Amino acid sequence: MTRRQHDVCRFLLFQQFGEQVSVVGKYLLQKSPSPLHLISSETHLDTEQVKKILCILIQQNIVTFGQHKRGFIEYSIRTGEILNRLWFPKYIYCAKTLYGDAAELLLEDVLQRGQVQMSKVIEVVMQRFNEALETSGKQKISESFVVDKFSNLVRTHFLQRCLDPIKSESNKVVGLEVTGEEETLYRLPDLSRKRKKSHDDGPPAKRSKSERPADDEGDGIFWRVNNERFHQMFRDQAIVQAISSKIDRSAGEVLRAMLRVSEVKTAGMATVTTPISVTEIFNALPKDLMARPLLETYLSLICDDSTNFLSKVGDSGGGMYSINIYEALAQLVKAHIESVVQERFGSKCLRIFRVLLLKKHLEQKQIEDFVMISAKEAKDLLYTLFSENFITTTEISKTPDHAPSRTFYLFTVNIQHVASMVLNRCYKALYNAMVKKETEVNEHRRLLDKQERMEAIAASVEDASQRDEILNTITPSEQEQIIKVRRTIQMLDHSELQICEGIFILEMYLMYFKQRQKDKS
Amino acid sequence: MAGRGRGRGKNVSFNVEALGFGRGEALPGPISQPPPLFPTADFKPVPFQQSEEYDYMLALKQEFLGNMRKSPFFLQASHKRKDIERYSDKYQAAAEVNGKWKPDWRRLPAELKPRVRKKTKSSIKPSVKVKSKVKLSVEDVSKTLEELEKKEVDQGDEEEEEEEEGGKKKEEGEVEEEEDEIYDEEDIEEETDYILSYFDNGEEYGNDDDDADEGPVY
Repeated sequence: MTRRQHDVCRFLLFQQFGEQVSVVGKYLLQKSPSPLHLISSETHLDTEQVKKILCILIQQNIVTFGQHKRGFIEYSIRTGEILNRLWFPKYIYCAKTLYGDAAELLLEDVLQRGQVQMSKVIEVVMQRFNEALETSGKQKISESFVVDKFSNLVRTHFLQRCLDPIKSESNKVVGLEVTGEEETLYRLPDLSRKRKKSHDDGPPAKRSKSERPADDEGDGIFWRVNNERFHQMFRDQAIVQAISSKIDRSAGEVLRAMLRVSEVKTAGMATVTTPISVTEIFNALPKDLMARPLLETYLSLICDDSTNFLSKVGDSGGGMYSINIYEALAQLVKAHIESVVQERFGSKCLRIFRVLLLKKHLEQKQIEDFVMISAKEAKDLLYTLFSENFITTTEISKTPDHAPSRTFYLFTVNIQHVASMVLNRCYKALYNAMVKKETEVNEHRRLLDKQERMEAIAASVEDASQRDEILNTITPSEQEQIIKVRRTIQMLDHSELQICEGIFILEMYLMYFKQRQKDKS
Repeated sequence: MAGRGRGRGKNVSFNVEALGFGRGEALPGPISQPPPLFPTADFKPVPFQQSEEYDYMLALKQEFLGNMRKSPFFLQASHKRKDIERYSDKYQAAAEVNGKWKPDWRRLPAELKPRVRKKTKSSIKPSVKVKSKVKLSVEDVSKTLEELEKKEVDQGDEEEEEEEEGGKKKEEGEVEEEEDEIYDEEDIEEETDYILSYFDNGEEYGNDDDDADEGPVY
């Protein structure tokens, strides 16, 4: 966790939950597992207020708790959960493209409340969706339609159950269960039970044995969004998109089919998918997209490509292929960093950078020769890159005294190092954009408020001349300024979204890099 | 120190040419100040990627943030300046009540529950009650009176004072009980405010557009 990430986390909390929450968040970011009384005394907030804040943060899956071995309860913050909030718009959009508008509303509601019960969220979505349909004059939908969407999302693991609380002997909640089986997280409750309850009381649900929940408390099963599943989805999308723009769309489809097949078989964080035979790929492809010989050609084409996304691992079953996810992400990150170098330092620097990526270790003299730029300029560019930490040197001394005159200085690019540096800059840029947006809004709050109020009043007035009069209270110069501010905010929001795209690829790559290190050792 | 032996006049110990500086070329001067806060960019940033996808996500992002700020999870700063009473105040308060959220205590540690004052008060009660019960037994009234008459004869004035004290205590007890009742009512009110009367039929959900004075949605 770097300082930049901390800043972003703090700001996100401030933006979405208010100032006091960000104060508690800041404290927890620094000293993560802490008991309640410490938090309230260190943050100088009222204990009751801190309790409320912790409840909110637990509800939003940001804080978890567990029992210390001395018996008190400790609260710890999950920074990943806060940073995931950056991608919420993307999650919602993803749900929309996969399952339509009802799923979009569903996901929006789940994300907003953090943990929800199925019956409640369905009720809310039903109402909202039907209202929207009514205004556009379309047919209403039934409850089973929304229930269907919900179960679809659960079945594809986009939604999962929240962890059940562990209770102590005195029936107090002391922590959250650690589930052994993954399957239980995605088990839907028996939907027919609700109907049974109405005429005979039926067998009590598993959890309600100790305390019968009142009707408005629901079934006690809470659902949340499964972030990892979404990230996996985005990762696959990025890989497919990369190959489709490099070769063509059909190649992308082949890869997509492979990823879909391997999804079920491969463990969550495996750097290489399990081998899949050509037959399996062929069966998974949409029908009449391509004939089998063409598929085999495509597979060998992707294998031979310099990107190393795919590799042939066996000949059984018409040929076994597996996708190297780590390699694919590394290629994406390289492309990302290359474009950063190009846009920041120009194409000549990019040439130096590429030469170093290709040849790994080079002496200064060799670089000057390889890039075919005049020695003086090359030297200048090389040291610019060096001072910005995009390249590093390795000293190899001929003698043990490391005297400079008897030492080779080899320049090299360490992709993992550069990736984490660029990532850090992304977070910094993101934080700056967010802060700038906030100040921009605060500076012009009076003006924006006024406009909004006027519009609200104008909307309620029916007489046209009166409405014009009201709208004219905003002077032309004010109008101009409002437009300017709105444009700035729009731009900053846009930049936030697009920085997030970059952050996603970099984060993914670094995660897989760590995983690979772990696998190796 | 190390440069003392060889290169006279030079302040580095090694051959500068190894770094790529030509013979007679001047070394760059020392840098004694931090880099500028806003360095001039040599290259202009590239324009944003424009696509419908991004536009839609932008709208989603702004809507989500707007909803988040209206939701009960967004805590307003409690020390709001109350300079003058405004006409709009009561409507704003109503809007806040709309979005009450009730935590599910089955899933949260008990220590996070807002404290209810009732428990601390009840611990004082018993000692008072026991006394008053003894006094109130109706059948014994005649007996006690008789006994008291006897005692009065025996001990005289001292006993009378004690009797008076007892009476006082009883009165105090009653007053305290009354106070307790008042507190209890308050507590119940608070509780209902927070839990029992909470009912969200979802009608308010989504149509938050009316409360325009919540702050801008951008």
